[in-house]
Amino acid sequence: MLQDLAAAGTHPLADTAARYVGLLPLLPLAGFLVNGALSLIPAYKAGPADPSAAEHGHDDATHAADAHAVAHADEHGAVGHGAVGDDHHETARHKYAGIASVVGPLVLALSFGLAVMIWLAMAGVGDMHTPYVQTFFDWMVTGDLKISWAFQLDQLSMIMVLVITGVGTLIHIFSIGYMRDDPGYPRFFAYLNLFVAFMLVLVLGANYPVLFVGWEGVGLCSYLLIGFWFSEKANADAGKKAFIVNRIGDFGFLIATFLLFANLGTLDFTGVAATASTLGYNSALVTTICLFFFLGCAGKSAQLPLYVWLPDAMAGPTPVSALIHAATMVTAGVYLIARSGVLFAMSPTACITVAVVGTITALFAATIGLKQWDIKKVLAYSTISQLGYMFMGVGAGAYAAGMFHLITHAFFKALLFLGSGSVIFAMHRAYHHTGSHEDAQDMRNMGGLKKYMPVTFVLMWIATLAIAGVPPFSGFFSKDGILGAVFARAQHGALADATWLGMPGSTVLYVLYGLGLLTAFLTAIYMTRMMLYTFHGPNRTGDAAQAHLAEAPWSMTGPLVVLGVLSAAGGWLNLPAALPLGPIGVLEKWLEPVVGAATTAVAGTAGEEMMSTEYALIVVAVAIALIGIVVAVVRLKPAVVVLKRDAVPTHGFEQVLEEKYYVDEIYDDAIVKPLVSGSRNILWAGIDRGIIDSLFVNGSAVLARGFGWVGSQLQSGETGAYAWAIAIGALAVLGAFTFR
Amino acid sequence: MIAEALFFSAVLFTIGVVGVLTRRNAIIIFMCVELMLNAVNLSFIALSRLHGSANGQVFVLFVMTIAAAEAAVGLAIIISIFRHHKSVDLRNINLLKG
Amino acid sequence: MNTMLYTFHFYLFGLISIASAVAFVTRKSPVAAALWLVNTMFCLSALYVMLDAQFIGAVQVLVYAGAIMVVFLFVVMLLNLGQASDVSDIRGLGGRLTAGLVGLAMLAELFALSRIRFPQLMSAMSDHANVVNPLSAPLFHEYLLPFEVTSVVLLVAVVGAVVLAKRGPNAS
Repeated sequence: MLQDLAAAGTHPLADTAARYVGLLPLLPLAGFLVNGALSLIPAYKAGPADPSAAEHGHDDATHAADAHAVAHADEHGAVGHGAVGDDHHETARHKYAGIASVVGPLVLALSFGLAVMIWLAMAGVGDMHTPYVQTFFDWMVTGDLKISWAFQLDQLSMIMVLVITGVGTLIHIFSIGYMRDDPGYPRFFAYLNLFVAFMLVLVLGANYPVLFVGWEGVGLCSYLLIGFWFSEKANADAGKKAFIVNRIGDFGFLIATFLLFANLGTLDFTGVAATASTLGYNSALVTTICLFFFLGCAGKSAQLPLYVWLPDAMAGPTPVSALIHAATMVTAGVYLIARSGVLFAMSPTACITVAVVGTITALFAATIGLKQWDIKKVLAYSTISQLGYMFMGVGAGAYAAGMFHLITHAFFKALLFLGSGSVIFAMHRAYHHTGSHEDAQDMRNMGGLKKYMPVTFVLMWIATLAIAGVPPFSGFFSKDGILGAVFARAQHGALADATWLGMPGSTVLYVLYGLGLLTAFLTAIYMTRMMLYTFHGPNRTGDAAQAHLAEAPWSMTGPLVVLGVLSAAGGWLNLPAALPLGPIGVLEKWLEPVVGAATTAVAGTAGEEMMSTEYALIVVAVAIALIGIVVAVVRLKPAVVVLKRDAVPTHGFEQVLEEKYYVDEIYDDAIVKPLVSGSRNILWAGIDRGIIDSLFVNGSAVLARGFGWVGSQLQSGETGAYAWAIAIGALAVLGAFTFR
Repeated sequence: MIAEALFFSAVLFTIGVVGVLTRRNAIIIFMCVELMLNAVNLSFIALSRLHGSANGQVFVLFVMTIAAAEAAVGLAIIISIFRHHKSVDLRNINLLKG
Repeated sequence: MNTMLYTFHFYLFGLISIASAVAFVTRKSPVAAALWLVNTMFCLSALYVMLDAQFIGAVQVLVYAGAIMVVFLFVVMLLNLGQASDVSDIRGLGGRLTAGLVGLAMLAELFALSRIRFPQLMSAMSDHANVVNPLSAPLFHEYLLPFEVTSVVLLVAVVGAVVLAKRGPNAS
């Protein structure tokens, strides 16, 4: 069917740069191979072996603080600290780091360039209603199943490609400076390139299996990159946790794919879109399929209950957190739902479920973010919360709004993470110069950094205002788009008419809107808190280290500036009708050929929203954001923050928040321990050792010995044995006659 | 009568087999073989009576003759072995070992 | 014939022969075993007579019981094996049980094979005057060659026995 579409031959993109779409993931893949080859050459100047850390992986509060301290001390003690005990960054630079610095970002930049060319071609074509599919080869052909390796270029995948390659290039450039003295430098770029390659496969896939290849691949790269400094157990554990929790989601994805194939016979996106209506509107089948897909999204995009890997993933280097766990991989779930819009539009139940889970996750994570002290953890929970917003959007059928928030979130979250990376970089450098062992990521050890890092300070505030939803920054437009869409769906449309768990859909959606506002309030509070404790107030780093605090080099600050501009101006991508500051709804119009049908199916042909309602919603959203900032400024005095080493334990609800509602502990006791104990006692001791080893392995040996013994009796030379043989032979012959 | 005779023949034959398998003394084993031959003789006689032909009895004559020859030669062998091993225990006669 | 008496005697001799066979197999002393075997042969001889093979019955006593078993006994005495040996020459319990199983299996198969019903024979087959003639006629007509061959076999056996049992040049 794909071939028919493509071989109808007259797709307008067929003769343009779009025919090189296959190069898009191949370029980063080539980068992976080159960098990978470089990393396999053990060549670095004197110093510790890879993967000693320039920045040490930080445990979250789950692990005992003393274990972390021990690991920390071992790092410093065992690792070659340089002869004089001073900064050991110098001693560990990889010999071929220069080559990797060029190859890594270059392939990304080339990919981005190609993406831009393709985008220009696509924009030049104008109204493109069918996707451009390029089939490379037949991948799985057996019986009824025919899956080809094919890439699909349409407006949705184009957006994702631009975001991935664009933000990816910026982060690669940032990493040149950030990972400068890490002995695993080429390996880092190799993994990053591989990740981008897989992510591109994910968004470019023309059918679910190819998408799944990318899905799995990014999961793998996430594991490799989270556990980049795997010599510390906490980091390796975090990598494992991410992979295993993701796997649960993958199981859901696969079940949904199987159900789709069993009922529709095709797994191509175009094929599914054409035949989806045969599944039955709001039938149990289509709801099941959608919910299993959502399980996959919950794993990949860190929603309840599978979000637990994301905070632990902060153990990886900060560029990894920025690229994978803010801008790209975690958005794969949102992309999947947008891609499968035609399926979700057929099941209001599934839509509302997605929106509910997204909203609750957003609120849940926001509450935890209020009491986290590690700057990266705050950002991690903020990511989970914003992802919840995105799912709220696509769950309510506002696919364009969800994608818009995805894009703006990529900008300002990457900026936040890279900015925090600069801060951590500076803090680390300061601590190393003084030989201090304080935690460089804990906000309680920071403070007043605006004096020392002014550029980063300004950029981070831009990002904070964006995420809080303050106009005219990008986050305001995207968040308002989502909340407005939810409100509109609550009033009329397929979702409002449906029932969810016995409650009328409109009520549920109104509640979600309210919770969304509450979450926005909390977002403003905790992000302002983060800024206050990091940049404002008195400096708590200590006088000796203070002298070494400085802005990061321009190789790192440059990308930050670009992201700052995008965070500030990104809102113009999809202006609402109420605020005609420029062309309205550019993104929505761009995505209309892909998700338009699904959006209308869910929203109904919307009666024109009353302008006054629109304005009221906007005013409410902005007011909430501003009140949140003011509350944070008034109530959270940076001056009263104590150093991490002097911190007193918290009690009551504060403690619950700080300990992340003890979710990790609950999972450990309820799921992990029974599984491990069951595996050890039943599966290993009982079945593996008792049955397979004893019965089959040893048993077959015993059997062989038995046969050997019988055989040896034939040659024993004992005449009596021969008599036995004759008797038994006669018995056998008689038996043959008897039972003939 | 024929059926009973055959029954006795079968039982005697089986006792002879069990004896061969159970005993270790070579001479006793030899005698068990003679018992088996006798059982077969009984079978021959009974069936000869059934068919009314004397061929069965002729066969029995031959069996007896051969049994006699076999007994003579076999016992001579056993005497030879006894001279060598000083015993007729079957456990000692294992030159075919390996 | 008087069926009742006939049947009774048939069973009598049959059961005695079986009992003697069992006794023969289980004796520790070779001499005792040999004598029990002789008894078995006597009973079998009786059975032969009752089955209208009178000549064979006589020959059985003469040849089997009278000659072959005597040879056995000669050898036993010659080798001084008459006493029950101290070392048991009967296999252990496992061996005996397995041998019993083999025997039972063989018996079962033999029964399964012989599912023929035999008619009740009423008339006498041969007249009592001439018991040898029906036997000798096939012997010297159809089976002449085997008869001659058997005589050669006997010659060979005699020669062989003498050669095998002879003491060698260096008498052991």
